[in-house]
Amino acid sequence: MLVLVARRFGSMILVMLVVSMLTFLALEADPGNVATKVLGPYSTEQQRDIWMERNGYNDPLPERYLRWLGNFLQGDFGESTRFRTDVADVLWPRLGNTAILAVATMALVIPLSLVLGVLAGMREGSATDRTISVVSIFTTSIPEIASAPILTFIFVFLLGILPGTSSFQDGFSITQLILPTLVLVLYDFGYVTRMTRASMAEVMTTNYIRTATLKGLPYRRIIVKHALRNALIAPFTVVMLQINWLLSGVIVVELFFAYKGFGALLLEAALNQDIYVIEACAMIAVFVAVGTQALSDIGYTVLNPRIRFN
Amino acid sequence: MADAFSLPKRPSLAVRVFGPFLLLRESWVGMIGLSLVLFWVLVALFAPVLAPFPPNAPLMALQVPGADYPTAPSTLIDGVPAAEICAAIPGNAAQVDCGTFWLGTDLVGRDVLSRIIFGAQQVLIYAPLATFLAYLVGIPMGLWAGYSRGMADAVFSFISNVILSFPVLVLYVLILVTLPRSAAIIVAAVVFAAAPGIFRIVRGLAMDLRAREYVAAAETRGEPLWYILFMEILPNARGPLIVDAMLRLGYVIITIGTLAFIGLGMPPPDPDWGRMIAEGRTTINFMPHMALFPCLAISSLVLGFNLLADGLREVSLRD
Repeated sequence: MLVLVARRFGSMILVMLVVSMLTFLALEADPGNVATKVLGPYSTEQQRDIWMERNGYNDPLPERYLRWLGNFLQGDFGESTRFRTDVADVLWPRLGNTAILAVATMALVIPLSLVLGVLAGMREGSATDRTISVVSIFTTSIPEIASAPILTFIFVFLLGILPGTSSFQDGFSITQLILPTLVLVLYDFGYVTRMTRASMAEVMTTNYIRTATLKGLPYRRIIVKHALRNALIAPFTVVMLQINWLLSGVIVVELFFAYKGFGALLLEAALNQDIYVIEACAMIAVFVAVGTQALSDIGYTVLNPRIRFN
Repeated sequence: MADAFSLPKRPSLAVRVFGPFLLLRESWVGMIGLSLVLFWVLVALFAPVLAPFPPNAPLMALQVPGADYPTAPSTLIDGVPAAEICAAIPGNAAQVDCGTFWLGTDLVGRDVLSRIIFGAQQVLIYAPLATFLAYLVGIPMGLWAGYSRGMADAVFSFISNVILSFPVLVLYVLILVTLPRSAAIIVAAVVFAAAPGIFRIVRGLAMDLRAREYVAAAETRGEPLWYILFMEILPNARGPLIVDAMLRLGYVIITIGTLAFIGLGMPPPDPDWGRMIAEGRTTINFMPHMALFPCLAISSLVLGFNLLADGLREVSLRD
């Protein structure tokens, strides 16, 4: 078990290192380019040279990378050219806002998709199963860029019961959280539902379920005691991996609803060539994605005794 | 006597590749998906005939769906009588009645219906092209890694793990910020981001199929590597791959639309559903039609591909 955890985290660190190199190379390989982006397109050649000299941009690439990595690990992400302040000062509050959105989404997606998935998988091919499957295909077919305007049209334009933006201008408000969360839930729950359904349907065909049925156990007891415990292992992994998708969805939703979160920050930085913010955002996004992947692998081993010892 | 030993005739290549599509009529879900996809393909093909107006022409700003163009022939638009503008529309014979904005117009005054119709062309050229190229990259790598294992497998798997560890949209933002933006770069970015996923699926299928007798037979015959990969393993993996391709196509359509929506898409002015949604977002509180109709367009096309995939999976599981 300990070996597995160590191996998993080892490969996670390796991936993170490669990602950090790629990110650094993509954005900072050419020092002159960095100087232009930091000082602006109207800076003079001389200004850029002085800036590069002062900030150590004339050093060889490997040295610059190592220094950058060292600063990064200590939480020093550099200074944002767009927000005129330390990247960390902008980043952490934004990340907190996105965490609220992600937690709200997961709090709805997990129960909803597990219940629907189990209901559909219990009797494969039944009317309930077909209905749930088609509904989940339907909702995953509506991308966030489409469901956000459609839901806004219904709840803001037609019914007028929800606010159309979620900028939290007058402090946190639950009504402003509803639409962004709803958009993310609508797109995400279908996939988890289908995975849960597949897992449940597979468990229902196993011998131990047949034995339990033939023993004459009540149906409810078979489902709750025998089937669920095994059927819910796979969805655990899927839910964890969903966080990777959520980080993408968050960019669209935050842009649409003017939600002051991490995704909107990355986009704003990207469109304004604010490279230190882009670097920090990209690294954190990958860290969250890779971290949840590692956790899901380890969790899967803990939950599933059959693969624990090989 | 030779007849007794003759094998049943091998079905032609067309039947082997398109067979699953023929079986599709047994699945009503699949048929609905196929109809949706065919609908948009026909719309894209006949766009110049179907569109009532040129897609990029600024006609009358902020018209609601169903509004006539123009309201009166003498109405002045930018100082020019409407009738004259009508006459200038290509293919418009009638001088006064130049048509109706069935889905309204946008902020600049372009006809939303015409833009959706021409937008279908853009979607149905770039998304299948990008998906096809991603398969062209992912399939050989996956087959090779899954069949030979060893170093090739280790290297390709690590590369695909690194690429897949990026949240997709973050990866696109990184690529499109560093490189100049053009249609070719967007297609290349989609290939770069999608090929590792295809690699993984193909690799898994190849690892499963490499132990089959027909592969062993080909090895014994001394067939070259490419023959085993492309003539023995690939044809037997086609079922799951066709289903995957349909799902992926839907996903690539979403991706390209999303990139346009966040401002990293194809350069203007040609109509693009994602950018139409982004442009209509500002007026959604009083004129929702500008964003709403492109939303329905992209959702219905993606739904078509997803239902098609589900139908194909259903009929392929049957036998």
